Amino acid sequence: MFDSPYKLMLGFITGIAFGFLLQKGRVAKFRVIVGQFLLKDWTVFKVMLTAVAVGAVGVWIMVAMGWASLSIKPAAFGGVIVGAILFGTGMAIFGYCPGTSVAACGEGRRDAMVGVVGMLAGALIYVAVFPALQGLVNGIGNLGEVTLPAVTGLSPWVFAGALAFAALLLAALVQRRAEQH
Amino acid sequence: MRFFRRKSWSPYIVGIGIGVLSWFAFATANKPIGITSAFEYTAALTEKAATPELAEPYLQAKKKDGKTPKIDWEWMLVVGVFAGAWLSARASNDRTERTVPPLWEWRFGPSAPKRLAAAFFGGALMMFGARLAQGCTSGHGISGALQLALSSWIFVILLFAAGTVVTFLLYGREARDHV
Repeated sequence: MFDSPYKLMLGFITGIAFGFLLQKGRVAKFRVIVGQFLLKDWTVFKVMLTAVAVGAVGVWIMVAMGWASLSIKPAAFGGVIVGAILFGTGMAIFGYCPGTSVAACGEGRRDAMVGVVGMLAGALIYVAVFPALQGLVNGIGNLGEVTLPAVTGLSPWVFAGALAFAALLLAALVQRRAEQH
Repeated sequence: MRFFRRKSWSPYIVGIGIGVLSWFAFATANKPIGITSAFEYTAALTEKAATPELAEPYLQAKKKDGKTPKIDWEWMLVVGVFAGAWLSARASNDRTERTVPPLWEWRFGPSAPKRLAAAFFGGALMMFGARLAQGCTSGHGISGALQLALSSWIFVILLFAAGTVVTFLLYGREARDHV
């Protein structure tokens, strides 16, 4: 029923840092999320690309050293494709994603609080209809827990390097545009 | 301390912070940061207590994969996200008790019940999609993407495509001038 108190404590500390960063990053705000989907405010994109680039380099080093192991979600195409479309649709209507809606509750936003109750309702429905969903999830193939390096045969460092380069390039371009204005 | 009292940080600083935090999560708990499986487990535990026959097929299937719903590391992470955002908003005096965001009001009017109904429905749909795909903007979009998972890159590209299309359909092009 419960993880060890030590693990629960670690999760709580990690969560506090994550919530703090999301709030400071302004991504717990309706206007910033919807602004990203309107291709007007690129804050969400900048935060995510930087996080993924920095995270990839460190985590793949830890994996190479044997200090951590990957935890990959299966490439069950039906579930991932239908799930992503429903998720994007719901997120556009709600105006927050799961993590940022919880952070928006911490900010005091009433609509986010009601949305989080809706999220719990969505989870209750998912658990109740779980057996009926398995055909959809696995129906058009499931490659299992595969990574891009495994699928393409390229080194993970090609991808990590490309992500780091993309993040630096983005930062440099944005900086230059800001200086021109 | 003044840094912590600021209302916002550069998105790059925040991105670097989240990236380093993912190292911390892997180093200390060997876990990727995610949000929605905690909701799934909460739902499963609730149904197990209230309507056991409804939860039974789910619990049986999960047992086969060696997973049992519980209050775990990630569950406390979600609680922490609330606390951390609360702390940050308090420190910078950036709290708001708004029900209807201005951009929503511009498009759909000031009705609070309308906004709350949409938030409830949107939240439910989003969570259902997240569990179908086994991840969200955190679990797939950040943690899965940085692990270079095939599933996560498909998810994050389709999620932003779908979100953009639906947002333009809902708000229209003029909304860009009101962000």
